[in-house]
Amino acid sequence: MSTILQAISLRKNFGGVVALDDLSFEVRAGEIKSIIGPNGAGKTTLFNIISGIYRPSSGRVRFEGKDVALLPPHVIARKGISRTFQNLQLFANMTVLENVMVGRHPRTRVGFWRSIVRFPGVRREERLTARAAKELLDLVGLADNAHRAAATLPFGKQRLAEIARALATEPKLLLLDEPASGLNVRETEQAGRLIQKIRDMGKTVLVVEHDMSLVMGISEEVLVLDHGRRIAEGPPREVQKHPEVLRVYLGEDFHNAASAES
Amino acid sequence: MSKKNLIGLIVLIAFLLVIPRFFGNPYYLGVLVWSGLYSLICMGLSLFMGYCGQISLGQAGFYALGAYGSGILTARFGFEPWPALAVALVACVILALGVGLPTLRLKGHYLAMATLGFGVIIYVVADADPFGLTGGPSGFSGIPKLSVFGLALNDELRWYYFVWATVLIFLFFLLNLVNSRVGRALRSIHGGETAAKAMGVNVAKYKTQAFLLSAAMASVAGSFYAHYVGFVNPEPFNLELSIHLVTMVVIGGVTNLWGAIAGTVLLTVLTEGFRTFFKEYRLLFDGLILVVIMLLFAEGLFLGAAKKVAALVARASCLRSRRRPGASTHSTGNPEAAS
Amino acid sequence: MDPSTILQYTFAGIKIGGIYAMVALGFNIIYNTTGIINFAQGEFVMLGGMFMVTFSRIMPLGAAFPIAVLAVVIVGCFLERATIWPARNGSVISLIMITIGGSLLLKGLAMKVWGKSSFPLRHFSSEEPIKILEATIQPQTLWIISVLLLVVIVLALFFKFTLTGKAMRACAANRPAASLCGISVDRLVLLSFALSAGIGAVAGIVITPVTLVNYTCGSMYALKGFAAAVLGGLGISTGAVVGGLTIGLMECYGAALPFQGASSYKDGIALLVLLIFLCAKPSGIFGRAAISELKRF
Repeated sequence: MSTILQAISLRKNFGGVVALDDLSFEVRAGEIKSIIGPNGAGKTTLFNIISGIYRPSSGRVRFEGKDVALLPPHVIARKGISRTFQNLQLFANMTVLENVMVGRHPRTRVGFWRSIVRFPGVRREERLTARAAKELLDLVGLADNAHRAAATLPFGKQRLAEIARALATEPKLLLLDEPASGLNVRETEQAGRLIQKIRDMGKTVLVVEHDMSLVMGISEEVLVLDHGRRIAEGPPREVQKHPEVLRVYLGEDFHNAASAES
Repeated sequence: MSKKNLIGLIVLIAFLLVIPRFFGNPYYLGVLVWSGLYSLICMGLSLFMGYCGQISLGQAGFYALGAYGSGILTARFGFEPWPALAVALVACVILALGVGLPTLRLKGHYLAMATLGFGVIIYVVADADPFGLTGGPSGFSGIPKLSVFGLALNDELRWYYFVWATVLIFLFFLLNLVNSRVGRALRSIHGGETAAKAMGVNVAKYKTQAFLLSAAMASVAGSFYAHYVGFVNPEPFNLELSIHLVTMVVIGGVTNLWGAIAGTVLLTVLTEGFRTFFKEYRLLFDGLILVVIMLLFAEGLFLGAAKKVAALVARASCLRSRRRPGASTHSTGNPEAAS
Repeated sequence: MDPSTILQYTFAGIKIGGIYAMVALGFNIIYNTTGIINFAQGEFVMLGGMFMVTFSRIMPLGAAFPIAVLAVVIVGCFLERATIWPARNGSVISLIMITIGGSLLLKGLAMKVWGKSSFPLRHFSSEEPIKILEATIQPQTLWIISVLLLVVIVLALFFKFTLTGKAMRACAANRPAASLCGISVDRLVLLSFALSAGIGAVAGIVITPVTLVNYTCGSMYALKGFAAAVLGGLGISTGAVVGGLTIGLMECYGAALPFQGASSYKDGIALLVLLIFLCAKPSGIFGRAAISELKRF
């Protein structure tokens, strides 16, 4: 499988705080890769850099072989990276359907003057946009909620709507920032199946997640971060046994006890 | 165009045609001409504030640029009114670009202050009489009348039709705009800039476009002003006007073009109708409106009040039929709180 | 231009610049705790002058001064509780509009209470100009400079040594974190309004003998004070003082430029500086862009 995303020696500091510290990793096209790590490990910062919201202090991000780290976010979205947000950022002033339609933005073309005069071509594009958005709502199971105000959706459904919106940009790489946080067990399972379905549509998915059952269940690869550094990387089973990971997650003592036992 | 907007437009047109039959008196028509001029500015401002979530406190400056541009070019340099309007418009848009391009990349307050400063600079310059062009504080007159298709706009009725026809045309275009891909992009900026960017929306570009459009509309209104009054002086274009324009948009609900027009007409008619009252209390009135609406009716007086009343009625009926406990769960949450 | 004239303009620039510096300090205090630009800041200056004029009619200046400041502080607190506090979770645009509304309310009330005329205030000490190197300086200018110095020193001590001051600095650096440490952000916001209303009032009181006061004079102080704050870097105290003095000096030198009607553009200079800085270096002379990246607005 070819590499779709490559992070090379990424570093990001905010003032004196180092959020990412010389981080390098690769994502292969068509896989589900999860990033785990304790709070403050730099996971969300990493997403913000990949999606262009932050600029790295140094280092590079290569997407399909091209440098994207210094591009503005809307250009990165057009190139095929889309994302959801940990702290739900649906447009509260719009309906669910409209939210997803915004996601069609980089794949549609009508500009300022054409929309003012509203030529027939404009209307056709508008219809296609709405249809595409509805299909995505179908996919995530929100078809019945299309015309609800986005802000009134329950938590779990807002997460799904964000996924639909992100998919609407036709990403090759989808970044999901804690897709299961705040969801109950059943919803988490559904989310896992949805993520696999998205992968089966030929997309690459990079997930930041705390829910271990989800991570271990769906990922081909897991990357473990701590204090902005990579401490382990590999298939879920290997990572689970990695001594550094045990130490970070379960504390020093447990690690010592575990190694004494073995 | 959605059915609702289409019906709205038809009703508005019918209304505008009927009004002169009942209020044919030039004084009333004059008030409506002013309402129309302000509506032009406020529609642009509403697009920028309500759809883009930005704020401009310099619209009086753009309005002044249009007025002075048209006035100076026609009265002092012998331009025909329409080319003069075009030149003033282009100059205004270029200046707006100069102010907007750098500041629109910054956060909300900076743009507000930059536009505020810009408006005051325009005022100061007009007042200072550069090269004897603006006539200083006392202004200058001799601005010719405007004619449309060979028809001179020489009475209030013609001005009334002309200004409101322009308002309708702009309203039609703007309604198209806000219900399109671009309109959605603008609203997404209001909804959350980060998410909008991540969805591929070029936030800076759209903000700039909306800002330029609002400046252009203010400039056109200013040009009309110059020809309508035939005289221009700095006094009307002060900081208070910029804030008053924001108040008009806010009272009607920032996120609604119809509201902008309704709020503008309402405030203009009120100000005229209770002239002596507003002479003393305009500041307090505007201040109170801004604070109260922002605190209580984020959607504007009309929609906000309607929802509050509906909620009250529902609660009252709920109390009456006590057998259905908890039947009413009204969300009175501020939609902006999440942004 | 001969040196004594230049010195004369310098004194004039420092005088008015000191006022802008105090207004800028007021902006900064509120900006640091809340992230809001308080558009009503100029009204505090105006109210300071107004209250002082009123109280000075019935008591000596020395007594009227603190009472006038206190009165404006109370107004500031009231403004915060009545308008800012209920909207504390609102969007940027609604907060901007609320402070604009607040400024209109204060202005409108001042007009109802004091009318539309301008009021003089007697100078704090003699009006006899003091001669320094061929130029003269009004004693009131010395008052303004000393008051500015005093305000700066007191603020510096307050932020450095008192617990509340440190809490306010923590709040400026990182509001959520400060709140997690048990700092009551709510109270600090109120305090910051009180503090900046007080500083505004002081500025208004010391400048009124020189310029008169009427209900509309606040907006210009606010705009120029904001220009000063941006010039020095929003939120930075040193920047506010340097920015204020710079703008005051530029205005006075600018008015003396040798072309006809130069003085009529005086009021535009500060705003031009503001626009230029917003365009070229919005973080100001002393500011670092990285910090403003983390601010809410």
